[in-house]
Amino acid sequence: MLEIKNLHANINGKEILKGINLLVKPGEVHAIMGPNGSGKSTLASVLTGNPAFEVTEGEVSFYGKNLLELLPEERACEGVFLSFQYPVEIPGVSMVNFMRTAVNQQRKYRGLEPMSASDFLKLMREKKEYVELDNKLANRSVNEGFSGGEKKRNEIFQMAMLEPRLSILDETDSGLDIDALRIVANGVNALKSAENSTLVITHYQRLLDYIVPDFVHVLYNGQIVKSAGKELALELEEKGYDWIKKEVGE
Amino acid sequence: MNIEQPYIDLYNQHKKAIEKNSSLVFNGAREKAFIHFKKLGFPTDKMEPYLYTNLRKAFEPDYGLNINALEIPINPYEVFHCSVPGLSAHLYFVVNDQFYSNLTQKSDLPKGVLIGSLKDYAKTHPELVEEYYAKIARTNQDGTVAFNTAFAEDGFFMYVPKGVIIEKPIQLINVMRADVDLLANSRNLIIIEEGAQAKVLLCEHTMDKVTFLCNRVTEVFVAKNAIYEHYKLENTHNKMTHIGSLFIEQQANSSVLVNEITLHNGLTRNNTHIALNGEYAETTICGMAIGDKTQHIDNYSLIEHNNANCKSTELFKYVLDDTARGVFSGKIFVAKDAQKTEAFQTNKNICMTKEARMHTKPQLEIYADDVKCSHGATVGQLDENALFYLRSRGIAEPEARMLLMFAFVDDVIGKITVPALQDNIRMLVEKRFRGELSKCIGCINCS
Repeated sequence: MLEIKNLHANINGKEILKGINLLVKPGEVHAIMGPNGSGKSTLASVLTGNPAFEVTEGEVSFYGKNLLELLPEERACEGVFLSFQYPVEIPGVSMVNFMRTAVNQQRKYRGLEPMSASDFLKLMREKKEYVELDNKLANRSVNEGFSGGEKKRNEIFQMAMLEPRLSILDETDSGLDIDALRIVANGVNALKSAENSTLVITHYQRLLDYIVPDFVHVLYNGQIVKSAGKELALELEEKGYDWIKKEVGE
Repeated sequence: MNIEQPYIDLYNQHKKAIEKNSSLVFNGAREKAFIHFKKLGFPTDKMEPYLYTNLRKAFEPDYGLNINALEIPINPYEVFHCSVPGLSAHLYFVVNDQFYSNLTQKSDLPKGVLIGSLKDYAKTHPELVEEYYAKIARTNQDGTVAFNTAFAEDGFFMYVPKGVIIEKPIQLINVMRADVDLLANSRNLIIIEEGAQAKVLLCEHTMDKVTFLCNRVTEVFVAKNAIYEHYKLENTHNKMTHIGSLFIEQQANSSVLVNEITLHNGLTRNNTHIALNGEYAETTICGMAIGDKTQHIDNYSLIEHNNANCKSTELFKYVLDDTARGVFSGKIFVAKDAQKTEAFQTNKNICMTKEARMHTKPQLEIYADDVKCSHGATVGQLDENALFYLRSRGIAEPEARMLLMFAFVDDVIGKITVPALQDNIRMLVEKRFRGELSKCIGCINCS
């Protein structure tokens, strides 16, 4: 389980996160909403160890381990997964090679033998079904020439392959049409279990119609200013963020 | 210091021996080349094409030259069992500058194909060799070419007659073998007649840890409708200097692919001149270089579009680590009448450290008015976003860097049309990036 205490973080000397507190238990789905520039994506980056951000204060523990002390790859191996808002195109690295390397590096971390080529390909075939990913995409370079929807589906496909304990979906709905949104959300829901938890970062209520959260938090100016059940998302959709801003005294 | 003088003295003292150990065709070009060499000297880094590469230093050591063509006690066929697994090729050797004749080798070459010692063929087929020898490798422009032509005694010869297709690649392994520091001037001549097809793979190896300088001139003539592929793979050691001057002349509708790969070498200078003389000729020239420590790799190329409707594509990639230096200068020349020319040039480079340096100079010189030309160059680091993306999936940083470097050069490897060779180069490049000794499988002595 994930426990964030008084987390502060900077980028280029500017403070973005100003004391985040959050507790996510196994099996729970938490939505983080908030206006542009409130620090949602920064939270995702800091949790996954993006070196562009500097943590200045606070603690993050994940199943008892101090997450902030771990390298990005170690965090991934501990079971933290980020579905990127902007998945990176990597020409020359094939999806197959990328995923095989990732799966086997994670297995190595857990003291397991590398997966055989045939088992691996079988796993790929199986997991592609979750997001109806085209066979052809698997043979291409990572995200190269993928459409916006394909990129997001590819993120969820990787999530299915790596079976994380905590999935952070950073604006996975942005740039998706309704059909793609449904496919992506169905994929996420199918991967849900009583053991793993999900952190959904989004601007809009729309995605939460499909991925139903247990808790909704509003992030504003680097802090969580309001937390409630799923009904909060509907309220935000209706009223916008201005009333929240008023509530916190601006 | 006048570093040319010892070589000038050597020539004057041993001219008779050089001539005796070579052939009339070579000797016919020798004296003029020597005069040019005396005038030009070795290139200095004050000259435009050599601004970032000081070759003079490479000629300073007190090298031995095997002027008397003493036989080198080695049977390369025993040393190099097979250097490219899965590659079925016709295998030949040049030891330093001498063609190694293997009398026991059975030839299953197509009829009419001649492959062997350039010196011997200059004696048995003087008209054929004389028509081409030293015709496009001009001695009045570059001192290293003049030097080679003045001293060369032997090398590799290949003649593919009209319409003949050699299916299997010709693999030529150039071995540097000596107990003392050695300089070799070797010479290759390749003639591809009308409609003929051939692929040549040149592998550069060193067998001893002494200082080597190989100054090689290769002339290739590609006639109408002919197809020729030329791969060069350097995998030697840090005390090896390789100067490779490659001159290719293409006639109408011919197609040429040149791929120059420097995996490991001390100082490399490739001079590649391609003249597109016939209409609708096509050429692709690409290459990659991996440099670390104090290695230095310089690719200089000149593509001359001398006729209309020709196409050239150029792609070079460098990955430089430690304090390695890379130089790329590529010039595309489009003559006044070469309308409808298409010429594209790209050079992309990655510097892994702050101390690694890349000098790149793409150039277009266009005199025609209806052409499609582009050039571009980049120097940068690995993409940090891509690196984080890979790491965020659990791939450790060194492995992630490896993947990205490998991906970076992969399109150059992808240009190789021989699958077994492509696989082998991938394997060697991966080993090289991992810092493992990039020995070819099956080769017991090519580190």
